[in-house]
Amino acid sequence: MLTYTLRRLLMLIPVLLGMALIVFFIIHAIPGDPAQIILGQQATEENVEALNEQLGLNEPLYVQFFSYLGNILTGDLGESFQTNNAISEEVWPFLAATIELSFVAMLIAIVIGVNAGIISAWFQNSWFDYSAMLLALIGVSIPIFWLGLMEQWAFSVELNWLPSSGRENVRDPVEPITHLFLIDTLIQGRLDQFVDVVRHLILPSVALATIPMAIIARITRSSMLEVMKSDYIRTARAKGMRMFGVVYKHSLKNAVIPVLTIIGLQTGLLLGGAILTETIFSWPGIGRYIYGAIDARDYPVIQSGVLIVATMFIFINLIVDLLYAAVDPRIKYH
Amino acid sequence: MTSILQVKGLKTTFFTDEGNIPAVDDIDFHLDEGEILGIVGESGCGKSVTSLSIMGLVPNPPGKITDGSITFQEEDLTKASEKRMREIRGNEISMIFQEPMTSLNPLFTIGNQLIEAVKLHEKVSKQKALHRVIEMLKVVGLPRAEEMVNEYPHQLSGGMRQRVMIAMAFICNPKILIADEPTTALDVTIQAQILHQMKELNRKRNTAVMLITHDLGVVAEVCTRVIVMYCGQIIEQADVNTIFQSPKHPYTIGLLQSVPDIREKRSRLFSIKGNVPKPGSIQKGCRFAGRCEQAHDRCFAEDPPLYKGDGQGHQVRCFLHESIEEAHHVEDTITSP
Repeated sequence: MLTYTLRRLLMLIPVLLGMALIVFFIIHAIPGDPAQIILGQQATEENVEALNEQLGLNEPLYVQFFSYLGNILTGDLGESFQTNNAISEEVWPFLAATIELSFVAMLIAIVIGVNAGIISAWFQNSWFDYSAMLLALIGVSIPIFWLGLMEQWAFSVELNWLPSSGRENVRDPVEPITHLFLIDTLIQGRLDQFVDVVRHLILPSVALATIPMAIIARITRSSMLEVMKSDYIRTARAKGMRMFGVVYKHSLKNAVIPVLTIIGLQTGLLLGGAILTETIFSWPGIGRYIYGAIDARDYPVIQSGVLIVATMFIFINLIVDLLYAAVDPRIKYH
Repeated sequence: MTSILQVKGLKTTFFTDEGNIPAVDDIDFHLDEGEILGIVGESGCGKSVTSLSIMGLVPNPPGKITDGSITFQEEDLTKASEKRMREIRGNEISMIFQEPMTSLNPLFTIGNQLIEAVKLHEKVSKQKALHRVIEMLKVVGLPRAEEMVNEYPHQLSGGMRQRVMIAMAFICNPKILIADEPTTALDVTIQAQILHQMKELNRKRNTAVMLITHDLGVVAEVCTRVIVMYCGQIIEQADVNTIFQSPKHPYTIGLLQSVPDIREKRSRLFSIKGNVPKPGSIQKGCRFAGRCEQAHDRCFAEDPPLYKGDGQGHQVRCFLHESIEEAHHVEDTITSP
């Protein structure tokens, strides 16, 4: 397990390098002179040239790439054109907002999705199975923006139960420490604020959880059905085990690998920033941060945003790979 | 000898889209304390469904016990609750399956799976259970027991896994062991060892064994009594010597003839012509009639009952043997041994 982990970590180096390379070249393939864009249409030739020199844009591409690589390795992601702030400092609150939202959404999706899948498989062809799978079908088909708007209409406008947008009560903002508000409010012992943050989280996280939940439920069901036909399940029953133990111990562990794969992919997608959901619920997340940067042609921000999202995706996959090996002793890295 | 298990008029039917299939159709037999009973027949004759019916593990849906009784120590298992069945499974009646490669859960250690078997039926500490597991693994001839409890099934060979299965089956000292083709997937030398192991445990612990197999060699080696099944019915039963020396049913005779004999020079192995009919496809008459060279009109028209054969307890379902006891019905006597 330890050697597997070490090897898997070593494998990260080429993957991360490749990713940095791709991000770098995509940005450089965009037509137009960055210095010209920074300085605007009225800039003189000399000014543009001077800025190019200052930014190192006259150097050959490979030199630029290595200095870029050196910068990201030291945590320097450059500065935003719009705000002139260091991106590495500016990005965290947005990232934290997305991480918090994705975490809660995935928690809902996993708890409900996995259990719905298990019970559907256990009582195959029952009314529960049929209704759960119908709901799952609706879940994957429903347009997220529509669901979000309907949630707001029903629970905020009509029933007035939950806030319709934002992360916190703007009249009583959370004092940020980690920028993960669930943690910050607990550290400060502000239970009233904690409840308020939770209330803000409910609608967007439910909207965001719908698709992953539906996919997880379907995958869990089919994987469980496959496993429950196997010989070792019959052995477990012949031992005199209760169905609950047979299902939740012997079957689930064997059925979980495809489910883990899907959970990993879906988490990666959510962390990429669900722009639609974040926009509808005015959630100040990474998706909206990058979207704003694209709108303003803020290249350093776009580049860093893509880099961060891709890195998170890679690390989620790493975690999933390590979980595979933790679940199944037969998985060895060759 | 007292019988520990009595099966009377057992009928297990599978309700499928293509109609109802009676996989086991009205069978009667008994299992005596400490004996090894062989159940022989081709694939699909209802051997495995019989054993699953006894365990209460017939996949439902589509299968269901539709008639008859299974009496284990004066208790009808067909009427027992699921909770009661769980107490019996693995504790009083345990089972070994055909495929040792897939019968153990690949994601749990051998120790974990065996300890679980103990703890399901007895209130003991994990330490005590582990101690018993190691002991039992040694009993079934696995020398590295202490290390093996921390290993996973994929680290063991087929023969070792089947020994682990035997250890699991015997760990709660069951009264009955049902072994469903336990040696079919193993190579011949390992087969002999596994059979020897089972026979040894049968003798030492006085556990009655129901050995399901299609291998007559295995039957000759370990069984005391034999039941021959065909198409969901028992067609002949007798003690092992009678079956091998004077088989009565044309199907049994055919089965015995199709075993190759090293002393005989035969260019072609004998085989029973035709195929096993699908259960439920024959509504009337003897189920073997279509493949039987001695079949006559009556065989196609009437269901043959079980007639008395030569030896004690010998029964055969064939009109040819009606004359032996002058059409004396023995259906009633079989159930009260």
